[in-house]
Amino acid sequence: MITFEDVVKVYPGGSTAVDHLSLELPTGKTTVLVGPSGCGKTTSLRMINRMVRPTSGRVLIDGRDVAEQDEALLRRGIGYVIQHAGLFPHRTVLDNVATVPMLLGCTRKQARTDALGLLERVGLSAEFAKRYPAQLSGGQQQRVGVARALAADPPIMVMDEPFSAVDPVVREGLHREFLRLQKDLGKTIAMVTHDIDEAIKLGDVVAIFRQGGRLAQVGTPREVLANPADDFVAEFVGRDRGLRSLSFESAADLPVRPLSEVGDLALDDAGRPVGYGSFTRADSLRLVTDLAIISPAGIAVRVDAEGVADGVVRHHDLVDHLAARRREQP
Amino acid sequence: MNLSYLFDAAHWDPTLSGGIPQLILSHLGYVALALLIGTVIALPAGLYIGHTGRGSFLAINAGNAGRSLPTLGLLMLMVTLLGLGLTPVLIALSVLVIPPVLTSAYAGMRSLDQRVVDAARGMGMRPWQVLTRVELPMALPVLMSGFRSAALQVVATATVAAAVGLSGLGRLLIDGLAVNDYSRVLAGAIVVAVLAVGLDLLLALVQRWVVSPGLNPSPKGPS
Repeated sequence: MITFEDVVKVYPGGSTAVDHLSLELPTGKTTVLVGPSGCGKTTSLRMINRMVRPTSGRVLIDGRDVAEQDEALLRRGIGYVIQHAGLFPHRTVLDNVATVPMLLGCTRKQARTDALGLLERVGLSAEFAKRYPAQLSGGQQQRVGVARALAADPPIMVMDEPFSAVDPVVREGLHREFLRLQKDLGKTIAMVTHDIDEAIKLGDVVAIFRQGGRLAQVGTPREVLANPADDFVAEFVGRDRGLRSLSFESAADLPVRPLSEVGDLALDDAGRPVGYGSFTRADSLRLVTDLAIISPAGIAVRVDAEGVADGVVRHHDLVDHLAARRREQP
Repeated sequence: MNLSYLFDAAHWDPTLSGGIPQLILSHLGYVALALLIGTVIALPAGLYIGHTGRGSFLAINAGNAGRSLPTLGLLMLMVTLLGLGLTPVLIALSVLVIPPVLTSAYAGMRSLDQRVVDAARGMGMRPWQVLTRVELPMALPVLMSGFRSAALQVVATATVAAAVGLSGLGRLLIDGLAVNDYSRVLAGAIVVAVLAVGLDLLLALVQRWVVSPGLNPSPKGPS
């Protein structure tokens, strides 16, 4: 667990970057610090690995004040990922990944062998190992950056806008990889982003900062969307927060109609829908809503694990379902 | 004027004192010592100034001032102050080395991508490790170009040693002029020029060997 205890950071010249921050980042979870620029989120993040020292207050990792620990040793135990990856241009991809294990006294051979495994883990084949960072795309560099941070298997990861320098399509892929990795690894992650969508998608906990380095609200993405603490948070999480909150609702309980109700539904020989977007029980209500809106017929088709259509949902079914849910949980 | 002196085999006798091989050797000796002394002074200073940003006006102005300083004049001043000998020559030549090395060390450190340096620190490198494993290797292309230009200048200028009674290829020029042996003067000029080009080629090879291929503008590799 990472704990901020009444932390203040005032820069020379008097500007307050972080104003009495008290916050707990739970072990094994992803906590996303999010807010507009100049809100102190990056400054706060950089206090965890002592890249910034608080003016007053303490930052603790599992109860130990980071200020009392050896700076370099502390940092070697914390994975560090930054925007644009910050890879060493003069080292190969493999040696970039092997950096921290070698700082920790691992032999070059062992560190390189482990690094190869890590590259695979972040979705890069072994052919990338001998390349230099300049020979990689932005997305590939960012994957190497994540592999490099994971190399010494640190329990904590500090990530400063790790996915903001790549285009939306690549970012989407990196998000999926991130969630898959985190599901396997269960690291304690502190991440900064200015993108509320990213925060909601990746975070187990979202900490929203406002200008002047003040914490506006902390909670699960669901809580923050459903009950914004004030106008600032409501404004920041956006007008379509109602639609976004459907991301957390499962489509499993959604009542479906038999296929026969829709006469002209085109299916292939195996019974898979043709020309209709489809969802499974594991998808969210947001996807179903989206499909029903896009579909000219106003229907979304549910499929089973094999992709075979087993029911349809109409627009108004969805509305009824949401209304029923609202009655159940006022 | 002809090439007879240069191509006279007798002048290439390696055992002959005053022969071309021995002159080349002593010439290269002055060059090596001057480069060593100048680099030992200018490199740490340039790295420090570039790293901290403190005294950067010094780095820039030392570069300009140093370039405009006449080496022969400085040498004569040193001889006046210190008397004849190797020391005044080495001082005058080292002063020639300092500006390009200082300026390039400074520029090399300034041009570093600070995000990469931030990553190095954030990953737990100690300051000395950041310098030797990240900053220096990244600054090396700029550093090497400064060192090469210093080497070129010193090879050409080390001929002044002969003006104050020392050895080196300057002997061919000074002695040749003294006895109106222009063939000897020409031989001296040609050997110095070839030596300069040869040294630069050698340093270019060294540069290719020590600078990471990842720092080339368009790195080639298995793709």
